[in-house]
Amino acid sequence: MSAFLSNLFGSVHWSLSPLQLLALLSLPTLSVLLSLWRSLHVERDLIEGTIRTFLQLFIVGLVLHFVFNANRWWWTALVLAAMVIIASQNAARRGKGFTHLFRSTTIAIACGTAVTVALLLGLHIISGQPRYLIPVGGMIVGNAMVACGLVLNRYREELIDHRAEIEAWLSLGAPPRIAVQRGLGASLRNGMIPTIDQMKTVGLVTLPGMMTGSILAGADPLAAVELQIMVMLMLTTAVMVTALVLGELLLHLSFNAQEQLRVLTS
Amino acid sequence: MHLLEVERLSYRVDSKRLLEEVSFTLEEDEILAVIGPSGAGKSTLLRQLNRLADPSEGNRFFRGKPYEAWPIRELRRRIALAAQQGSLFPGSVADNVCAGPQLRGQPCDAAALLQACDLPADFASRDVADLSGGERQRVVLARTLANDPDVLLLDEPTGALDPGARGQIGDLIASLARQRHCGVIWVTHLLEEAERYADRVLLLVHGRVVAQGSAATVLPQAAQYFPSTSVHPANDAPAGKPLKEVDASS
Repeated sequence: MSAFLSNLFGSVHWSLSPLQLLALLSLPTLSVLLSLWRSLHVERDLIEGTIRTFLQLFIVGLVLHFVFNANRWWWTALVLAAMVIIASQNAARRGKGFTHLFRSTTIAIACGTAVTVALLLGLHIISGQPRYLIPVGGMIVGNAMVACGLVLNRYREELIDHRAEIEAWLSLGAPPRIAVQRGLGASLRNGMIPTIDQMKTVGLVTLPGMMTGSILAGADPLAAVELQIMVMLMLTTAVMVTALVLGELLLHLSFNAQEQLRVLTS
Repeated sequence: MHLLEVERLSYRVDSKRLLEEVSFTLEEDEILAVIGPSGAGKSTLLRQLNRLADPSEGNRFFRGKPYEAWPIRELRRRIALAAQQGSLFPGSVADNVCAGPQLRGQPCDAAALLQACDLPADFASRDVADLSGGERQRVVLARTLANDPDVLLLDEPTGALDPGARGQIGDLIASLARQRHCGVIWVTHLLEEAERYADRVLLLVHGRVVAQGSAATVLPQAAQYFPSTSVHPANDAPAGKPLKEVDASS
């Protein structure tokens, strides 16, 4: 697989000239004009988004260029750690009212990423070079972040909407784990379902991003399929591990030492 | 030794005082009615007694031991809260009734518990979503009794029922409590209920105990805190034994 990835990433046949990059600006310009015509008031956002897309991606490109060339494990680890921290901060915003949530999302996303990457490395599916680890890690972290957000959103609703039921369990002498079992289970499923659904419909509804990118970069479609299968399976593992770890941490965040349900702060 | 003792209990949330220096006792086989207008802190008090929340100040004792000295789950089982009927778990009646014993891996005779609560044994397999208000309240009661509690905390057990069902449930609770030698703390906003079933009455207003004692002493003081319809509800009299008239004018 490593040889395959090497060939794939090494065979970029398609790139844009500076002139073509500039010509690309006609696309957001058209969007801005359409927004003005229909008074949608999203012109500023479109312009800001376009500038940020160029800036952020070029900066990332430069960083990756440096890290790939440096080919040192600590640079790779640093980039992955930065990804985990940014993703954790973003996911934690979904759990308004919980305390110490950033710590929990960081642990969950880090666990999901570490377990999946360790399996991929341990089974020699990918090599440890930054060229492979960073894009693969980025996909894992991104999906783990989305899963965290979905779990948190649903779990928060469950605690608010089903407080009476949860406290009825506690009042019968149930441990917190039993009291929130139904709501927590629903929340974990909520975090995993998009990835599982994606597995079921991949290739039928849309061509996934990784596969599309590989084909555009000149890869043989069958080779791109192999790569996409690896991506789908690794994302499922990452999302599952992340959601389960987060669920365990949320269970502890939701109750105090006296097994009383905490009130979510507004 | 009192079955339950509450000593100068205060409870604040975000600097808002929900309970203020509440003190009272409960004895074996006693029914204590806690009455008070809406927002008086009655349900908050029950949560404190079931240890779903802890006080900001004050002490609670069960059989002479501080609450904190009891294992939390054991305490909650023995001082059982029969929450309002909305707290039934999705599923069958038997799932609900036997929830407590099953937590501890103990056997549970759902049919016998249902019959004790005036429901037919074959109700066990019914879905709780299909039950009427009175039936739901009976299932809540059966679920609470399945834990074999020493103290029953009842949060407006007849609050959502029509007058006919109200009397039946009230009579049932009082009779079951006597049979099982439970102490009962019965939160209600119906003065008739307090007068009919309670050995003692505690009047709670704005989180403070305004009066406690026999119904004859407390209910006349309570009348001023209730809308007239609650004191003499023309069509609110529970079925079953006739109720004594509450003298709101004295």
